[in-house]
Formats: sequence, structure tokens, C-alpha cells
Amino acid sequence: MSLNRIYGLFLRHFFLIKGSFPRILDLIYWPTIQIILWGFISKFFTIYSDYYNNTVGVILTCAILYDFLFRSSISFNMLFLEEIWSRNFTNLFIAPMRISEIITALVGTALIRTLIGLVPAILITSPLFGISILNLGIPLFFLFLSLYIFGITLGLFVSSGLLRYGPAFENIAWSSLFLLAPLGCIYYPIEILPDLFQDIAKGLPLVYIFEEARSILVNQVVNYSNLRDAFILNAIYLLIGISLFYYSFSQARKKGSLINIGE
Amino acid sequence: MQKSIIVENLSKNYFNKEAVKEISFTIKENEILGLLGPNGCGKTTTIAMMLGLLEPTKGKVIIHGQDIEKNRISLLHKMNFISPYIELPKKLTVRENLIVYGKLYGVKLISERIKYLSEKLRLNEFINTKTGELSSGQKNRVSLAKALINEPSILFLDEPTASLDPETGDFVRSFIEKISKEKNMSILLASHNMNEVKRLCKNVLMMNNGVIIDQGTPDNLIKKHGKRNLEEVFLKLNRNNNES
Repeated sequence: MSLNRIYGLFLRHFFLIKGSFPRILDLIYWPTIQIILWGFISKFFTIYSDYYNNTVGVILTCAILYDFLFRSSISFNMLFLEEIWSRNFTNLFIAPMRISEIITALVGTALIRTLIGLVPAILITSPLFGISILNLGIPLFFLFLSLYIFGITLGLFVSSGLLRYGPAFENIAWSSLFLLAPLGCIYYPIEILPDLFQDIAKGLPLVYIFEEARSILVNQVVNYSNLRDAFILNAIYLLIGISLFYYSFSQARKKGSLINIGE
Repeated sequence: MQKSIIVENLSKNYFNKEAVKEISFTIKENEILGLLGPNGCGKTTTIAMMLGLLEPTKGKVIIHGQDIEKNRISLLHKMNFISPYIELPKKLTVRENLIVYGKLYGVKLISERIKYLSEKLRLNEFINTKTGELSSGQKNRVSLAKALINEPSILFLDEPTASLDPETGDFVRSFIEKISKEKNMSILLASHNMNEVKRLCKNVLMMNNGVIIDQGTPDNLIKKHGKRNLEEVFLKLNRNNNES
């Protein structure tokens, strides 16, 4: 055993972490988000232990809906990351493709990727737990649509970062949705959050989407105002996301990140 | 002969560093122009601006009479690029990759085009193999097929024979020579292989520190500098430039 060699290998990773703020952030980020999320979930069940008479059904349905959001966003990001990992990125941008064509192709492909993952999950919940997400009825379509639009929007935000900053932005791609999980009020009502967090959460379509899902599952009441609010917020974020993507492309052309993005 | 590409006072600054400084040159139809220079001299930056991947700080690139900055998409239909630093998706077969790029470039008869390129570039034996499983020489020929999928009138070749064995290198050079004549192409060839440049290029640009330090036909450059070959010219010019 050579202490020098062991120290050498330690240094290889230490220098890497020391020189990369995203990596340091990533190390701090995950435990913090997990504690916040599970803290709010625990608080909710402590205070409102009798809130749900169908706890498993509500939790599982919300988990599937959240996973749909997660998959749609990650699918969008993955399509971008695949090009970076395979060093094919430059080939794509010297092909005569408009930005609008790139976005449309990614949106369509991400939907197919998402459905491939989601359909089996929906199918196994029924025989395993006796729960069907289809119990949400027609509003389920609007919930999925709203989640998909938000997932794509997040994908656009992250892809804009990848376009501008390259693979250094990769960790953000994976962690973006976990940041929103505590604020999105997926498993508990917004009232569980502290006042400051509630104000932030009201600016996210997720709060309205999951509030609507719980309203249907717990009270059997469809509240279309939640869906409307979610769609309005989605439209605003989507427009910002598309504009940001165009801006990042223009910045990448100025700074040269389209040339060496795979490096 | 008509000028396919006109580069006028092209400059690029990254932060406070001038990567390319007011360079001008032209490439005619059916001409292979060599771009020589040490690593980091601005060759890739120049090619990137000509491909519309990078916005110039100053100057213009006119291709077939149109400014690349204003007509990027329509001009990209007529151009293509090969570099050892970019690859095709490894998990896709050669045929799948060529179909994808055929679609991206709007090629109408993709199957026929793939068949033609497969024969010309000897891809048939591995056309259904995953690109990641190919040898360097095979990958290089596939990249060349991708670069020719849209029948470009302008081709940018960045070290097209780097890391190839002599036989494959010679095959690629002969192919480039042949196809440029047959298809009346304008080619910009960046290479560190001086014999390759001498064999293929009518004219050569020597770059260092972002500027063109000399240009001419390979024979004239050799004669002008009183050297035996292009490599000696390259070394003399770069050493002089670095000292000054």
C-alpha cells in the first residue's frame, strides 16, 4: 500500500470537486431537499392523520402524476444530454434545423419516452394495490396535459442551461425537479408550508394540479378553477422557456459553446 | 471560375482575447484550399464562423453570394463538415445514422443516396453495425458519408485523416480528390499532414495567432521560402512568427 498513491487518487477527485461549484452544490443539495420534502410530508401526516380515508390511493395517484412530470422533463433533458455524451452536438447544429424544429422534435419524442415509462406503472397499480388512476376521470387528461406542459417547460429551462454552459449544467438537469417537489405540494396541501414558501408555491402550476387531483380523489369534487390557474401559469412559463432557449442559442453562438460542448 | 466563399475581415474575440484577427480570403468553385497552422491558431474558430456555429465579432462570410449570418439555415443545406472531434451516435447503426442525417438535410431519395455512398466509401460490409463498434478507419468513412449525404457544394474538412493508417488515409484522400472534381465542390481543408495538403490543395493559407501569415500555392510557398517541402515552410513561418 502506498499512501502517496492513495493520496494521489484522493487529490484527483478533490481537485475536481474544488474546481466545480455545481458539484459542491450538488453534494449539499440532495440531502437538504430530501429533508425538506420528507419533513413536510411527516408534518402533514402528524397534523392531519385522518385527512385521507384512502391514503394509499391518494399517495400512489399523486406519485404517478409526479412521476409523469419527472419523466417528461427528464426525457426532454435526456435527448439533449444524449447528443452531448455522444459528441454529436455539433453535427446537429450544422444541420439546417431551425430552433422551432428542434423544440418540436424534442417535445414529441419526450412524450413517447414518457408514455413508455408511464403506461406499465399505471397498469401494475391496479393488480398490486387495487387502485386505478383512471378513477380521476376526464380531468385526468387535463392534469396530464398540464403536467406535460410544465415538464417540457422545465426541460426547456435546463436545456437552455446545457446549451449555454455545456455538461457542467448536467447536475442541474437531474436535480431541477427535486427542488420543486417540496414546493409543488405533491403529497400535502399548501397550508403545510410556511407562509414564505406558500407565497412561492402559489406561483407554480404544480400546486393547482395536485390540489385538483386531491380534490377529486378525497372529495370527489372537480374544481376547474385549479386547472385554469395551472394552464395560465403554464402558458407564462412556457413562453419564458421558449424565449430563454432562443436566447441561450444566440449566446452559445457568441461564446462558442456550440463548438466544444462535448469536451 | 466563380468564388463560392468570400471571407471579409473576419474577427472573433473571446472575452479580451482575439482568436481571429481580420482575416480575408476566398475559395473558388472546384478549389480545395488548405488551412495550416499550429494548434490554437484560430483554424477551428474560422471554420466555426464559416459554418454559422459562431457569431463573428467583425467581418462577413459570404457563401454563394449570401451572408451566412442572415441566411444560415438555407446555406447549411449546401454545406457539411467532418472533424475527428465530433462523432455520430454510437448506439445507432451506420444506416440509421445516415437515415437520420438524410432526413435532417432534407434528402429526397435517402435509400438511393445511402446505397451510392455505401458503394463509393465501402460501407456495405458494416452498414448495419452499430457505429460505436467500428474501427477508426471505418468511423472516418462513415463520417465522410454523413458529410456527403446532402451532396454539399461546400465541404469543411478538419483533419479528415487524423489517426488513420496509411492505406485508409490514402483511400480517403483519393476519394476527396475525386469527388471534389466530379461534384465541383469547394473544400476548406484544415490539416497537420503537409503531404496531404500538398497533394490535395491548389492554394494554402498559413495561420498563426489568429492571422494569415502567408498564402499561395504549395510549390510557390516552398520556392519563396527556399525550403525543400511544405513542412519546412510551416516550421520556418511559425518559428519566425513566434519569435517576432
